[in-house]
Amino acid sequence: MITLQFYKKLLAAEGDLDLQIELDIQKGELITLYGPSGVGKTSCLRILAGLMTPDRGHIKVDDAIWFDSEAKKNRSPQKRSVGFLFQDYGLFPNMTVRENLEFALKKGQNKGIISELIEVIELGDLQNRHPMTLSGGQKQRVALARALVHKPKILLLDEPLAALDYHIRQKLQTYIYKVHKEFSLTTLLISHDIGEIVKMSDRVVVLEHGKISKQDTPQAIFMSKQLSGKFQFTGDIIAIEQEEVVYIVTVLIHNSLIKVVADTSEVAELTIGDKVVVASKAFNPILYKIE
Amino acid sequence: MLDWDPLILTFELALVTTVILLFISIPIAQWLVKTKSGIKPVIEALVSMPLVLPPTVLGFYFLVAFSPSNSFGTWLNEWLGIKLVFSFEGLVVASVIYSLPFMVQPIQSGLAALSPTLSEAAYVMGKSKMTTLFRVLLPNIKKSLLTGIVLAFAHTIGEFGVVLMIGGNIPGKTKVASIAIYDEVEALNYEAANFYSLTLFAITFVILLTVYLINGGYLKRFWK
Repeated sequence: MITLQFYKKLLAAEGDLDLQIELDIQKGELITLYGPSGVGKTSCLRILAGLMTPDRGHIKVDDAIWFDSEAKKNRSPQKRSVGFLFQDYGLFPNMTVRENLEFALKKGQNKGIISELIEVIELGDLQNRHPMTLSGGQKQRVALARALVHKPKILLLDEPLAALDYHIRQKLQTYIYKVHKEFSLTTLLISHDIGEIVKMSDRVVVLEHGKISKQDTPQAIFMSKQLSGKFQFTGDIIAIEQEEVVYIVTVLIHNSLIKVVADTSEVAELTIGDKVVVASKAFNPILYKIE
Repeated sequence: MLDWDPLILTFELALVTTVILLFISIPIAQWLVKTKSGIKPVIEALVSMPLVLPPTVLGFYFLVAFSPSNSFGTWLNEWLGIKLVFSFEGLVVASVIYSLPFMVQPIQSGLAALSPTLSEAAYVMGKSKMTTLFRVLLPNIKKSLLTGIVLAFAHTIGEFGVVLMIGGNIPGKTKVASIAIYDEVEALNYEAANFYSLTLFAITFVILLTVYLINGGYLKRFWK
């Protein structure tokens, strides 16, 4: 069980932000931090990892105190033993994939974990390559494996998949979920992708202006509207064209374009770039297996 | 008969200076990259001063500071038994300070160009700052290290003003090649001056060429 309770003043380009967090996390939970950029999600992870020091508060993990501003305790990141996945991977360019993993071994730690991780995350073919020669998805797989070598109990994922395309994301989500279960980790994920969040997390914590505005299951957060018999997808408007008396609105959902008919009154409040929900009542939905 | 002593002395001085510089510049550069302290600009300015200051200014103050007639010079002499004026040790100390920016700046910019994620990733996996520096950071700035080493070495070879001020012109002790050239020209001994000059010319060219070949990746391509 992790208890977070801290305050930190963050200096950001858009002005100062008071980050005030109170959060309890159960062992084995996979929690997603969700919210617009600049609300302090990354700072939360960095504070938990010890890479950033809060102004006051305390952090307790099981029975160990990691940070306590009153008792002036602050455990160094080296002694916290968390796994951290950075958005820009942080692989060491001077080492091969295997050397990157071996470097992460603790003193005297059995090397068996490396073969295990290479197998679970399927890195066999990449072992002797240098990070420079890998694709983004491959790099993040290596980084995921490396973050787990020293057997952390907590895994922190700072938008690890944001730079990757749809298919690779899906594959990596599977890997992350697999290691979360297999190594019985407590995982904190930052993500903007609702599909990803619903698929992976037990609980969503929504951050707004440095504070937790709500937290619940992903279903409760994202699917609060009446759902029965209704399809709904979120997407971005990329074009609005007039055709005779109606308008055709083109919406990008994931990587497919959907054209929707709209009338003048509907179009009036839409502009290109808006995020919209495309919903439809369907009597008889048909499922096609595509892969 | 040509005297090789000034050339040997020059390279000895450059070598010792470069080794000392390497050891002190890495912590200075690392501190400059990491620090948020308000005195950083002051330290940066001090480190870079030898770039713009006439070497004679530096030499003059060294001469005054190290002089046995002065309390600091006396203290060095009595307590440590070091005499820094008109001695090889004095030349080394002066050269280290004189060439400091040539070593610190490439290392500093090399370290600054590395993503902070590299050291953070190492810290969260439990690696100490030392281990991170030697196994992760330095191996990834080999080019900057090589540039620093070579520039500091070459710059020390080219020293003249500081050496003349603080070292004097003692054969076998402080008479380095650049001073020997000046000496020989003064004595209208152009043949000897040419010998020293040509040797320095050739050696510095080869050193710098090697750096550009290595840093430009030409050698790797050639070996493949």
